[in-house]
Amino acid sequence: MTSTAGVAPLAETDVTQPSAPDDVPPPSGRKRGRIGYLLLLPGLAWLAVFFVVPFYSLLATSLFDPSGSDTRGYDMTYHVANYWNVLQDYWQPLLRSLWYGALATAFCLVLGYVLAYAIAFKAGRWKNLMLVLVIAPFFTSFLVRTLSWKLILADDGFVVNTLQFLHVLGDDGRLLATPVAVVAGLTYNFLPFMVLPLFASLDKIDGRLIEAASDLYANPVVGFFKVTWPLSLPGVVSGTLLTFIPSVGDYINAQLLGSPNQRMVGSVIQSLFTDANDYPAAGALSVILMAIIVAMVLVYVRRAGTEELL
Amino acid sequence: MVTVATGDSRRVQHGPSTTRRALLRGGGAAAFVGVSAAALKLPFFGVEGARVEAASCVGTDVSASQKELVISNWPAYIDPRRKKTSTSAVFTAQTGITVDYTDDVNDNAEFYAKVKNQLGSCQPVGRDIMVLTDWMAARMIDLGWIQELDLAEIPDVTANVIEPLRGLSWDPDFRHHVPWQTGLTGIAYNADAVGEVGSFEELLTRADLKGRISLLTEMRDTMGFMLKLTGADPAEFTDDQWGTALDELRKVVAAGQVRAFTGNEYIQDLAAGNIVACEAWSGDVIQAQFDNPAIKFVTPEEGLMLWSDNMLVPNGATHQANAEAWMNYYYDPVVAAKLAAWVNYICPVQGAQAEMEKIDPSLVDNPLIFPDDATLAATMSFMPLDEEQITRYEGAFADVTGG
Repeated sequence: MTSTAGVAPLAETDVTQPSAPDDVPPPSGRKRGRIGYLLLLPGLAWLAVFFVVPFYSLLATSLFDPSGSDTRGYDMTYHVANYWNVLQDYWQPLLRSLWYGALATAFCLVLGYVLAYAIAFKAGRWKNLMLVLVIAPFFTSFLVRTLSWKLILADDGFVVNTLQFLHVLGDDGRLLATPVAVVAGLTYNFLPFMVLPLFASLDKIDGRLIEAASDLYANPVVGFFKVTWPLSLPGVVSGTLLTFIPSVGDYINAQLLGSPNQRMVGSVIQSLFTDANDYPAAGALSVILMAIIVAMVLVYVRRAGTEELL
Repeated sequence: MVTVATGDSRRVQHGPSTTRRALLRGGGAAAFVGVSAAALKLPFFGVEGARVEAASCVGTDVSASQKELVISNWPAYIDPRRKKTSTSAVFTAQTGITVDYTDDVNDNAEFYAKVKNQLGSCQPVGRDIMVLTDWMAARMIDLGWIQELDLAEIPDVTANVIEPLRGLSWDPDFRHHVPWQTGLTGIAYNADAVGEVGSFEELLTRADLKGRISLLTEMRDTMGFMLKLTGADPAEFTDDQWGTALDELRKVVAAGQVRAFTGNEYIQDLAAGNIVACEAWSGDVIQAQFDNPAIKFVTPEEGLMLWSDNMLVPNGATHQANAEAWMNYYYDPVVAAKLAAWVNYICPVQGAQAEMEKIDPSLVDNPLIFPDDATLAATMSFMPLDEEQITRYEGAFADVTGG
């Protein structure tokens, strides 16, 4: 890309103005540059309106005087202590969210990789059908799907009874209102976000590379780790990001499938905002969550070294 | 061979683009940090209060030319409207006013958040009537968000409201609110699964109920009981007493006694057997009893919380006269009895009890629909809170319940 862009204008001037190449500036090149920036405008405007402005307002809210109220309004006092206060009050749900998000992402990766691998290499003519099946749950709303898990995992339901019969669960054991249900719900809800990018990466792999690996005496396991896995890394990275980020911030699963002892940071922000009307604390916690996720993602992407993502 | 070749070509071909990418990446990060830092220096503005002057935000009433009415209410709070004989259909037939009725109020706090920005700046919310619980109604009236009613247009209301709902401190003579339904908060349990749960104390401590009860997310309901349980009066308590009551609740939650804090959905959990007892609203339990007679409602030893849901006309509403016609219509005892027979909450209309005889005699003597003096004597109400207390108490409560 870079090299052709650099060469093209030269070639053009060579053709049109062979006698005086030096005193004519490359007009098409400059024009192209300007058009490039113009084309960026809609995207930048979108970012400005839907990211920069809300983020600015969120940042401002997080620094309001915490003694304000809806009646009196909020004064801007640059009250940085808001951050320290919410960290002290809510570090537990914050850590729990990161932990549940990481667990759900790990389960999604294991389940999703197997599934995507099967679809890409083994599905044959069923490939499209299987992809549709992966997306099919999206035809029902997120909320309805999570609520159905409440029925499936109910205390007197088939699943719990079977597990009790097999002595996996004690007689008064249960699944609902436990961390198991919350992590399972997260895994279930975000699995398609893992499968699709993984499939896109795996499907692109040239089958001849895998053949070449076995020609060079790599057994299937070595072949997988030397060829397939490295080539699927872009899918792994984007899949884990697409799963981890929303699942850390999710609160529907914790609220519907968990108990008060499984509450995640999303619930805390939501209740600070709607129940307590404590906007400064809600804002500060949101900024903290955002900062943690951005930092983790940056470190992760650096370590993973997949440049296709940046 | 292969790896070496790709490695090489990569270095050669992608070399320049990588540096440019790194440059972009660095630039992006610097810009982000820069914007964030600049944001700290840029002028941040505070937010003005949401209190408005009600008189200056009144919508123009076009009721005479537009026979329409937009209502937001709680789910399952009106008899099925499609039937030709339903209270709502008869209203339309009598007055020619078409009713756009939505059951989009699920939670007082959530609804408040939904309308706050508009009502706080004198903008209409596109509704003519919204139904909110007493404490939220009081808060909105105080913020100046509610239009004043024309008492001459609602004579049946002022004549027929039952005695316990009259003379409330926040709006004593119905200038801003008209009760829709009222109800009691007590305990429900499944008699097939567990023995009678007679008090809140039992609900929170009995070993056979561990992890199988739920409490309500309505702070005033749950904390009303907690305050009573710890020896305070919910109608008048101090910060210390509040703290003691909340600590008690925190202990109960930490012990794993409480499975969930819920809104209306506890009734499904009770029916599904996920919980065996819970804090419950009277009308829900009566409705559930039609399907499962084993579900019982108890008046706890500590008492019952009494609350009401009220019709309010928000600022900017353009069909106030139609709204008043609707309010007056539902205070006809015949209509009120028909509604109560379906909704099963306490009917706020005098004379409806006599009318109920003709509709469903089995409900006439139900103290949860037409409360007798003994039931009313057991009721408690929650102290009115100011804005600062609301933020502090709701926040502390939400920390314990997990929102």
